[in-house]
Amino acid sequence: MGILVASVLLLILVPLFVLKGAQFEGSDGAGSEMVKEVAGGEYEPWFEPVLETLIGGELPGEMETLFFCIQTGIGVGIIAYCFGYLAARKRYSGGENAQGQLEPEQSPA
Amino acid sequence: MSYSKTEKNVLALACVFALFFAFPQPAGAMHIMEGHLPLVHCIAWGAVCMPFLAAGTISIRYTLQRKRRLLILLAMSGAFIFVISSLKIPSVTGSCSHMTGTGLGAILFGPAVASVLAVIVLIFQAILLAHGGLTSLGANTFSMGIVGPIFTWLLYMLGKRLKLNRKANIFIAAALGDLLTYCVTSLQLAVAYPSESGGILASAAKFLGVFAPTQLPLAVIEGLLTVLIVMGLESVAEPELKEIAFLEAK
Repeated sequence: MGILVASVLLLILVPLFVLKGAQFEGSDGAGSEMVKEVAGGEYEPWFEPVLETLIGGELPGEMETLFFCIQTGIGVGIIAYCFGYLAARKRYSGGENAQGQLEPEQSPA
Repeated sequence: MSYSKTEKNVLALACVFALFFAFPQPAGAMHIMEGHLPLVHCIAWGAVCMPFLAAGTISIRYTLQRKRRLLILLAMSGAFIFVISSLKIPSVTGSCSHMTGTGLGAILFGPAVASVLAVIVLIFQAILLAHGGLTSLGANTFSMGIVGPIFTWLLYMLGKRLKLNRKANIFIAAALGDLLTYCVTSLQLAVAYPSESGGILASAAKFLGVFAPTQLPLAVIEGLLTVLIVMGLESVAEPELKEIAFLEAK
């Protein structure tokens, strides 16, 4: 398991240190650039994202970071809660039989 | 010939390094942006997604009603997509991209359920983040929620049939599913914008050249992360995993 974590960290961090001066541009750049190139010249998107219409412009970089963080936070919160629940269940449960099957649920017959 | 654990690790790392140093080309890779697909295509891709979303919704409803104890796995699969798809990871090509995170849902519950989980995340991102789009929702759901998970699921089932080591199986299935998602995205863009000189294929090659190299190391990361979370689940969620027949019931 340690080696998996180490590999992930390596893969994420090495580009940062090896590619000096790289901007690490994300999407808005290359996807649209490619479309422009292939479509031959200027390409105007025919629909603006609803958020951009609502706030009258592009989402500021910092706000975008905030929303991405919120998304990550929601996900991590759910995962952490579930793992916590499951770990506690495993440790404190006296209700599991030897094979690790759950006791049959009490259903209102 | 059976490799020792160290030999296997060295081999794996060598493959990873090969994949990851082999393509030095800056580009960004994401979902299709809002307004970048012609209306007809948007509707068409949306229509194609419907059967899968319907099947997934029915399946989830069934789980909610009859197998409530599986909810926790379902919630974690969805949350996994939330986390994984929100992370911008730098790639050796000098740009960054997102991963999909749908591999877990696909392996545990199948592609139909994965598509529903993916569409929820895509809607969230389209509305709150202006990342992806509502017009391109159909296309993005098809690539990230349907084709990717189908491929992951098929690979996993095949690996199971071939009695591959489970962790290796999950890694390969999740990594290649992630990669395929972006290949499909490239194709969708190519179909919408065929190149003047080469038609759809030339256009596809161009888009693939933009997306695929950046995505390769990220696909590997996704594979690794999926294996990690399954290892965690195997440790504490054995009963649920047995119920979905992920683990063999004794």
